[in-house]
Amino acid sequence: MNLTFDLSAIIAVVATVMMLTRASAVHALLYLTVSLLAVSLVFFVLGAPFAAALEVIIYAGAIMVLFVFVIMMLNIGEAAAAQERIWLQPSTWIGPSTLALLLAIELGAVAVNGGIARPAGVVVSARQVGLGLVGPYMLAVEIASFLLLAGLVASFHLGRSIMRAE
Amino acid sequence: MSAEGAIVAGSLNIVLGLAVLMAAAALLTWIERRLLGVWQDRPGPNRAGPFGVLQVVADGIKLLFKQDWIPPFADPVVFVLAPAIAMVTVMLAVAVVPATPAIGIIADLNIGLLFFLAMSGLGVYSVVLAGWASNNKFSLLGGMRAAAQMVSYEVFMGLSVVGVVMLAGSFNLLEIVRGQQHMWYVVPQFLGFVVFFIGGIAETHRLPFDLPEGENELGAGFHTEYSGMKFGMFFLGEYIGIIVVSAMTTVLFLGGWYGPVLPPVLWFGIKTGFLVAFFILLRAALPRPRYDQFMSFGWKLMLPLTLLNILATGAVMLAATSI
Amino acid sequence: MLSVLVTLWGTFLHLFQRNVTVAYPEEMPYLAPRYRGRIVLTRDPDGEERCVSCYLCAVACPVDCISLQKAEIEGRWYPEFFRINFSRCIFCGFCEEACPTYAIQLTPDFEMSEYDRRNLVYEKEDLLISGTGKYPDYNFYRVSGAAIPGKDKGEAERERKPIDTRSLLP
Repeated sequence: MNLTFDLSAIIAVVATVMMLTRASAVHALLYLTVSLLAVSLVFFVLGAPFAAALEVIIYAGAIMVLFVFVIMMLNIGEAAAAQERIWLQPSTWIGPSTLALLLAIELGAVAVNGGIARPAGVVVSARQVGLGLVGPYMLAVEIASFLLLAGLVASFHLGRSIMRAE
Repeated sequence: MSAEGAIVAGSLNIVLGLAVLMAAAALLTWIERRLLGVWQDRPGPNRAGPFGVLQVVADGIKLLFKQDWIPPFADPVVFVLAPAIAMVTVMLAVAVVPATPAIGIIADLNIGLLFFLAMSGLGVYSVVLAGWASNNKFSLLGGMRAAAQMVSYEVFMGLSVVGVVMLAGSFNLLEIVRGQQHMWYVVPQFLGFVVFFIGGIAETHRLPFDLPEGENELGAGFHTEYSGMKFGMFFLGEYIGIIVVSAMTTVLFLGGWYGPVLPPVLWFGIKTGFLVAFFILLRAALPRPRYDQFMSFGWKLMLPLTLLNILATGAVMLAATSI
Repeated sequence: MLSVLVTLWGTFLHLFQRNVTVAYPEEMPYLAPRYRGRIVLTRDPDGEERCVSCYLCAVACPVDCISLQKAEIEGRWYPEFFRINFSRCIFCGFCEEACPTYAIQLTPDFEMSEYDRRNLVYEKEDLLISGTGKYPDYNFYRVSGAAIPGKDKGEAERERKPIDTRSLLP
């Protein structure tokens, strides 16, 4: 399983880098989707199949589709891609990537020194996830549901006001 | 069995499964046209070979030998990627479907049902990206319709099977079928069955919910620019999608391979075939709804129904355990 | 919702109905005598050409697929050539309606495919048939006032003798 893990982890990192450096928004989103799928495979290998499936269904299958939908609707042309290329000058990305590199070195050092305990391959079943959600993490779930309800009400309100204006 | 033996057996299983699936999907194109003919009081394709079966071969040869053209204004990489996604996602979805306890590629997966939902969720990309990469107004409209339609109906599809999961207590499709040994889940979960099937039609964007294609308003929508085998892959993907949705409905609601007298695999085939025929009957009988009708039907009728179904199932199960 | 189920059931019942179409080349469908198919030029009962080349068919034709040239022998008009371009013809039947002598008629035959488009241009020899078509007894020169050899003015069916305008007698 180690090989699968390493391979999908590398794919995730590479896809994320590619996502950051694409000029076309849709291409960037596709790389982000690949990255999410790779992360889902990492979850699966680490023994969390339920989280892996949800990652694909919700992130890759729904949220990223909505992103693609919005970008398609905006119909961003060549001008936006040119603007994107200007932003990708070294002066723009050198600062953040230096910081990210420092973080990566720290992470590598910790990993080499054996600071990370590899999960023991325990499979987290859907039942355990469900019990966790209504048990110890009840408050987080409730707060998230409040947030979602607020979003729902807001979008309903926005839709209604547009209809009245017509 | 040695490790190599297991790998060889597994590969053989996959190859055989894919071969059967492709053959079934190709044959389905002919079956659909014959059945449509029957329901429209005409014979349908009956010239090539016995009963016109060789029409499948003729169509395949035609698709293979057509010019494989990428429009100069399209985004070439994404344009080629889209039909591949269409095929790959539906074929992966087949992997978890258990025909019988013995026949199936990775049927004994503990998140089998979620895997199916995930693959149908990823299938959206094929249509959306095809619509975007074609760089054509009608294709883009088709792709946008597909995105909204499939994401919405995925919600109901996912919620409609929650009742089944509650009853079976597992996401494993083998376990779900075994739970139906005495009573098919279509009886206690009739609402779930109806919603799942309608969601399945919308997910495979089949008629009457073929709004992303809409040949009379969008001129074939997302695959307007596609020709040759790339179109063929969309085409085959759609038919494999029909088979997969029918097979999943059989597994989830119609008791999978269970049935008297006949061998299990035959029962599975009969039930799936019946649902496939129903798909075709829907195509023959119903006109395409308007897009806003279609979306409001989903969000204003299907969503409350599924939520009600989950509530009722939970209440009944709670009452049954407390007694 | 109910109407959807009714429609489904109604469509399903077509499983038990006969086909309305027939397997064409093996089983020929019935075509009515007045079917508008291949155009022919007919002859009158005496075996002479009916067409008097009045050009009415060419004028009536909405796609201008008929062309002809008038010629005259001893008072009888006839077409020197008569050409129909069937690659343009839409089989509307206007020429048949315009024809004053029942010469041009449409027949129940549509099997006239060609590999070469030029072969669809039919000349007079191709169009002319030896029969009278749909109107067996009609003979234009026997009912019209035109003088032809063997029939002077006033000798047609139900035709009075010409009035002598120079005479005062009743």
